[in-house]
Amino acid sequence: MLLPLFEALEASAIGEGIRNSLWMFPIIEAFHLIGLAVIGGAILVVDFRLLGLGLRNHSVSKLAHDMQPWVIGSIVVMVLSGLPLFLSEAIKCYYSFAFWTKMTALLLAVAFTFTVRRYVTSAPDDRYSPLRAKAVGLTSIALWATVGWGGRWIGFSG
Amino acid sequence: MTDVGHAVVEWLANTEWSVALHESQYGYAVVESIHVWALCLFVGFAIVLDLRLVGVIFRGVPVAHMIERVLPWTRAGFVVMVISGVLLFYAIPVRTYHNVFFRAKAVLLILAGLNAFAFHYGVARRLPDWDVNGGLPRAARLAGVFSLMLWASVVFSGRLIAYNWFDCAKRQSPLISTLAGCTPEMIDPYQ
Repeated sequence: MLLPLFEALEASAIGEGIRNSLWMFPIIEAFHLIGLAVIGGAILVVDFRLLGLGLRNHSVSKLAHDMQPWVIGSIVVMVLSGLPLFLSEAIKCYYSFAFWTKMTALLLAVAFTFTVRRYVTSAPDDRYSPLRAKAVGLTSIALWATVGWGGRWIGFSG
Repeated sequence: MTDVGHAVVEWLANTEWSVALHESQYGYAVVESIHVWALCLFVGFAIVLDLRLVGVIFRGVPVAHMIERVLPWTRAGFVVMVISGVLLFYAIPVRTYHNVFFRAKAVLLILAGLNAFAFHYGVARRLPDWDVNGGLPRAARLAGVFSLMLWASVVFSGRLIAYNWFDCAKRQSPLISTLAGCTPEMIDPYQ
């Protein structure tokens, strides 16, 4: 059902341009990876705090508040760099298990980050039990780790 | 002049475990995935530390707390990074050794190490004087900026190791040949 769409995306000017260039894919990919490091730090430093690790003397809401623009900014960079990479090999992605795993996890991770995690990390520290905070931190790490894993394995598939 | 490094990697490439890792169906990919996960922890936390040093985030958190509570995790990430990185090198020793991006990454890693060393044994020694009330000294901000640029460059060159534009198997310009340590017998006539 989606295959014709993916074929059209692969045939797009951007997709074609990247495929025909020796350098573009690797360069965009390298920026995608730098974006990954930023999102990794921005997400993990708060998730660790939720787990009671790292900066546990400081309030979750303050840390999360400071990191919020970096989470959003790095997601924007990831999408802007990820889309052209995808366009250049959309058909390969269509047949890639890793790609679909990544997209599913990404949807869940973004939804979770901007709803449940957002509520918990913007509330006063004593509003939620440590157990709940830990569950949120672990879920977030698991979801984002799956996104990263899927991304890396798109390269090993096909 | 004999290239001792080349002799070492030739020997490494013929060890049983190197061949096994290189040829295994999932082994290499799994190590690579661990390398990427550890990157999120290590480079991610290094960026968080650096952004604090530059004064962009966590201004209410003393740098001393960052060093005490965040740096150990950064170190743990670094250890995983090095172990998985060494394994990746071990799986493809000869090609990696003669890869210009790998060599650039090695130099950048040394520079990043020197920068971290200079920070910890330099301006960080006077931490109690400037942390919290004193404001961030220029040296601390500079260390943060250098660190951000260097780690981004390390990631960048690391990602490009995978590409074979400058491999010695192809005929390269004198500059690349010198940088990558290529010799004429490495040229693959079928390339």
